[in-house]
Amino acid sequence: MNRTIIRLTAQGMLGGRRLWLLGALAALILVIAVATRLLAPGSPADGATVLRTIVFSTFLPLFGLIVGTGAIAPEIDDGSVVHLLAKPVSRHTIVQSKLVVAVGAVVALAVLPTVLAAVILGTGAQTVLAFGVGALAAGAVYAVLFLLLTLLTRHAVIIGLVYALIWESLVGSFVPGARNLSIQQWALSITDAIAPAGVVAADVGLGLACGLIVAVLVVGTWYAGNRLAALTLATED
Amino acid sequence: MSSPDSAPAGVIHNIGYRGYDGERLSRRAITLALYTHGLRGAFGLGRAARSKVIPMGMAVVMLLPAVVLAVVAVVGEQMGQLSGPVVPYTRYAMILQAALAIFVAVAAPQSVSLDLRFHSLPLYLARPLARADYVRAKLTALTTAVFLLLAAPLLVMYLGSLAAGFDAASETADVAQALLGALLYAAVLSSVSLVIASLTSRRGFGIAAIVTVLVLSYSIVSSMQGVIAFDADDPTTAGWVGLFSPMTLVDGVQVWAFGVTTSTPAGPPNDLAGAAFLLTSLAVVALGYVVLNRRYRKVKV
Repeated sequence: MNRTIIRLTAQGMLGGRRLWLLGALAALILVIAVATRLLAPGSPADGATVLRTIVFSTFLPLFGLIVGTGAIAPEIDDGSVVHLLAKPVSRHTIVQSKLVVAVGAVVALAVLPTVLAAVILGTGAQTVLAFGVGALAAGAVYAVLFLLLTLLTRHAVIIGLVYALIWESLVGSFVPGARNLSIQQWALSITDAIAPAGVVAADVGLGLACGLIVAVLVVGTWYAGNRLAALTLATED
Repeated sequence: MSSPDSAPAGVIHNIGYRGYDGERLSRRAITLALYTHGLRGAFGLGRAARSKVIPMGMAVVMLLPAVVLAVVAVVGEQMGQLSGPVVPYTRYAMILQAALAIFVAVAAPQSVSLDLRFHSLPLYLARPLARADYVRAKLTALTTAVFLLLAAPLLVMYLGSLAAGFDAASETADVAQALLGALLYAAVLSSVSLVIASLTSRRGFGIAAIVTVLVLSYSIVSSMQGVIAFDADDPTTAGWVGLFSPMTLVDGVQVWAFGVTTSTPAGPPNDLAGAAFLLTSLAVVALGYVVLNRRYRKVKV
């Protein structure tokens, strides 16, 4: 880790109106929780279903995409990354420092609102914890994966979107085998294991899910550092 | 080799610049050229091969299910299993909305963000082209592109239904309604996306922001509608919630105006709500146009 890189990345990712935009997204989750509680004062299980659909299928992939690509892509785009690469800092340290910021943003602006929303919906302490841990796992994996993607291709945002929207929702609902390769299902598997029975359903075994999550986090971070070491700077078309 | 003192101090060389005495096209022709350029660009035509991958890929994703449905209609009719299309035309956009969202999210920043980033607007405005013409050309081009993307699969399904020998009159009426709906989908999605794209010169950020707005709003609205309509047993409130996302908004207009089945847990509950859905979608388009004009009034030349 390098404090200066962490500070500069945080400034770039959260500085100015970007913090307000990401904060608005986080606030939206809380607004939804309040609205659901007011408009449908039913059982907490329904609230948990709403939260699961919104947070795990849409909010976390998109949030992970924004912070994962936002951590380094703008610098590569405008070429200022050369100043960073010219410093005597290991490329792995650079990637790790940037990931600390991305995961920190996920915790503050995605996991925390999810936990608060679960509290507002009155789902019970165990479910709140389950949603928190699941959201953290999913958010961290998305952040690492999408940061790695920005180092592999200039079209990381588009490829990430195709994965998050088409692979996870469309292909996953038609081809059951595809769910083994779905980050959303890995996270739901952890959530399912912590939450009381019947709150969420997961299609991937807990052991496989945990193994894959750790593998993506470790290998993704290491490979991202490798890619940064071999980065070629090209102009945009 | 000439000595320095014998060289002339300053000379204007005639290097053969010539004046233009051909036809000068009108402002309208320039707008039309910009429109054609925008429409082609949305599908990646006239751009590098890798820029064609996403638009063309999404067009294929949009078309494939329609082809399958057309074949199913013909085969199913022959086996005596079907007497009408499996999927109503008006629901097609909603079912494939992920592909639609990605297409429009890639096309809108492509259309305006790069002009902002590379400051090309002064070059456009050096011609007899007004800022409003630029906005109109970009907006209509994107609307046309999204409409074509939606209309093509509907026509494929329609041809399949005709080939299967379903009732031609009712199929024609149904597909005409769906095409009107497609036009409204195209106009609403395009104006929302272009407004977002015009606010940033970073293409990646524009793409992410547009998809977030389109997909997250749909996800929120539909799951809230589900819990309100079924668990709290309040379809009226659930219907009104549909106002808050572009996709459910236009779906609500179709449900009210054409009496088709809704793709969401609850459609507009009554005529008042239906009219509100229609007015809101028209207002979104009009507001998008006004906001874009205001935005481009501020872009420096």
